[in-house]
Amino acid sequence: MSGLPSARIPTGPIADAWRRTKEGLPLISPLRKGQIDVLVVGTGLAGASAAATLAQQGYRVTVLSFHDSPRRAHSVAAQGGINAARSVAVDGDSISRLFADTLKGGDFRAREAGCQRLAEISSGIIDQCVAQGVPFAREYGGSLATRSFGGALVSRTFYARGQTGQQLLYGAYQAMMRQVELGHIRLLTRRDVLELITIGGVARGVVARHLLNGELEVYTARTVVLCSGGYSNVYFLSTNALKSNASAIWRAHRKGALFANPCFTQIHPTCIPSGDDFQSKLTLMSESLRNDGRIWLPMQAGDMRAAADIPEAERDYFLERMYPTYGNMTPRDVASRRARELCNKGHGVGPGGRSVFLDLTDAVARDGKDAIAARYGNLMTMYQRISGDDPYTTPMRIYPAPHYTMGGLWVDYQLMSSIPGLFVLGEANYSEHGANRLGASALMQGLADGYFIAPATVTAYLANSSAKEISSEHPNCREAVHNTQARINAVVNNRGNTSVDSFHRELGALMIDRCGISRHAEGLRDGISQVQTLEQQFKAEVRVPGEAAGPNAELEKALRLDDFFGLAQLMLRDALAREESCGAHFREEHQSCEGEALRDDVNFAHIAAWEYSSTGKPIRHAEPLQFTALKPSTRSYK
Amino acid sequence: MKLTLRIWRQAAPNQAGNYDSHELTKVSPDLSLLEALDQLNEQLINNGERPVNFEHDCREGICGSCGFLVNGQAHGPLAATSVCQLYLREFKDGSVLTLEPWRARAFPLIQDLMVDRSALDRLIAAGGYCSTGTGQAPDGNALPVGRQQATSAFDTATCIGCGACVASCRNASASLFVAAKLAHLGQLPQGQPERSTRAQSMQERMTQEGFGSCSSNLECEAVCPQEISADWISWMHRESLR
Repeated sequence: MSGLPSARIPTGPIADAWRRTKEGLPLISPLRKGQIDVLVVGTGLAGASAAATLAQQGYRVTVLSFHDSPRRAHSVAAQGGINAARSVAVDGDSISRLFADTLKGGDFRAREAGCQRLAEISSGIIDQCVAQGVPFAREYGGSLATRSFGGALVSRTFYARGQTGQQLLYGAYQAMMRQVELGHIRLLTRRDVLELITIGGVARGVVARHLLNGELEVYTARTVVLCSGGYSNVYFLSTNALKSNASAIWRAHRKGALFANPCFTQIHPTCIPSGDDFQSKLTLMSESLRNDGRIWLPMQAGDMRAAADIPEAERDYFLERMYPTYGNMTPRDVASRRARELCNKGHGVGPGGRSVFLDLTDAVARDGKDAIAARYGNLMTMYQRISGDDPYTTPMRIYPAPHYTMGGLWVDYQLMSSIPGLFVLGEANYSEHGANRLGASALMQGLADGYFIAPATVTAYLANSSAKEISSEHPNCREAVHNTQARINAVVNNRGNTSVDSFHRELGALMIDRCGISRHAEGLRDGISQVQTLEQQFKAEVRVPGEAAGPNAELEKALRLDDFFGLAQLMLRDALAREESCGAHFREEHQSCEGEALRDDVNFAHIAAWEYSSTGKPIRHAEPLQFTALKPSTRSYK
Repeated sequence: MKLTLRIWRQAAPNQAGNYDSHELTKVSPDLSLLEALDQLNEQLINNGERPVNFEHDCREGICGSCGFLVNGQAHGPLAATSVCQLYLREFKDGSVLTLEPWRARAFPLIQDLMVDRSALDRLIAAGGYCSTGTGQAPDGNALPVGRQQATSAFDTATCIGCGACVASCRNASASLFVAAKLAHLGQLPQGQPERSTRAQSMQERMTQEGFGSCSSNLECEAVCPQEISADWISWMHRESLR
């Protein structure tokens, strides 16, 4: 593979371009679809919705998930809501506004045609989910309720209390289980996808490890749809579930799939901070809390008084002060960076001064405890459980944490990666979120990809492909199994003395420091060599007890971490090469005197797409971004 | 703080199991019980022993992966809490905690604290959905759903599929799990077309999968991390007669 394939962006005006494209795509008769195998990896919003829809169209679908049940995919944890431009609230929302907010929120580092398509599809997603029985919040009159979210001045976020992701996922999961019952989907749980199989440069299957008996299995198909989520766990401590991993996309990258903008990772401002060394994750407190919560710090650095003892006049509501228009609703990257700056200047509260207050006590006084509980009940309980404090009476303590990765495998407008036949959906791809994702847009994108885009484009690909069925005994399949087995043996037979987690913790600390909320060239350069050293140590010293046959959680973790080492280096390289600040990527060398990001549209208005090289020196390709409908402007939330 | 964990260890379904006691001499009360298990596993790995296998993932109480008995109680002593949200500050210094897997015929043991709950997915496959295809949906506002009705449907839809209700039931019944799904869909206009057949087919599947019947002990309600009310089980029985 060499170079960058065409992104297949439609020509002409972007409004309605998706409909025009779709109408031009070739079709396959329902009868013939029944003879075509499709492989879907992952059962989150993107995977479950794609699998259900492809099966409904008549394909023979095989679904692989590393969970014991598809319902556990990490989409389940999304709290706040899902955006859609339905303009019912007469607050002036429209498709073009959602389009503009998404493109602007992403700091003009996404394709405008993709953002436009997402905005056009958004409304249909809500209808689809309602029809599945998703219990969205309703107004008293029975119509769908909305709330507002960061980076938007309209109320367009549909929600189901603080468990929107769970309810949307269950809708997709149930639709999928219906297809399982009908015999259209073969559901295989507890399978870790460890390798992509390509034949003649075309994606034709995967190697998966059965997590209970340890056997390596080969699954072949006419096309592979990766919906395996993001890679925030490269930072060890993140809001992601502990088993979320990058193995499927990283292995595909090594097989030739370009990796786009890996350094675009979102650090979410409102998470419960870390404390003990053995703390295993950072729990997100939904951004929706910022609707009613006010973020503040003591004006005086080093003020260690309890929140209640600090008088109003000595509190700095810093987001309201710096960004009067958006206030506490500034986008995530801005809120995170400002919180970190003030903590670094000694204003932080809590252990080690690594947190800021998110205060709902004003809202409780204004609306009453019951009203707040109705809006955020489960979040308040969760906070209380984890921290031991009562958020109705004491301000919550929060701090930014890695949450979402905008970067991912490069895909064209039709969601196909640079490997023909390999489609990538949801958080696993690089698409509409640019350099920064707006709140409540991840669910929208995952479902747009799975329900509406991939079913059309996968069919178009299959209609034009004449590939024959292949046997799992094909030499390329055997080779993929052989290589995977060798990787497993190397880890299991290693006679080291150090646990996987201790290496992962070290990698995480390094990455959050070098490639977290703010980055600089020297740190990134050092980071690359530090990660390389750590990777060497890992290979020499890791200890994985037990055997490859049978359940072995340590082996699973070791293989995932092995892949994170490669990805971490690519993230650092990408951050180093991007000599500008945009969205979540903040380079200290590129800021205004007020500390705002300085974007460089002359040199960096492009998607960086990295090609893997076995020499350790990946090749950077650039896909220029054109803006016709909305001219790039400086993001301002003041 | 100090903690003694008495843990059910069983290498494979066909091997005998037993309780092993492990001491954690210095563990922070701000850790969750699962993080204490992580700490113990790190000790075991450093000693070259096999770590304790337990299910977990999101660690924020929503994925439903985790779950075992703590001193005989599913998810431990705290109400409305899955075991990943159980923090050590809830226990006295020096406590002895006995951890054992869910025990139910429909949940075969895999290893240590890990069981196979795929039967719950097969219950959903038996009818826990609205038979609508992608692209066939009418406007989401076409059928109004009153706020009360939406809230009540939501309350039952929050079930995370952890299996605590089954594990705590002396009949190992999945009645609360099935009732919750029936109530979620049955209370919404979108769930009406299949309402009468759904109740029957899901309950039949429950019997086929080896789950028992309900004898109204209400343990399921007491342990449910999402506090789903067992009243819905009576509601389910009425549904079958519709």
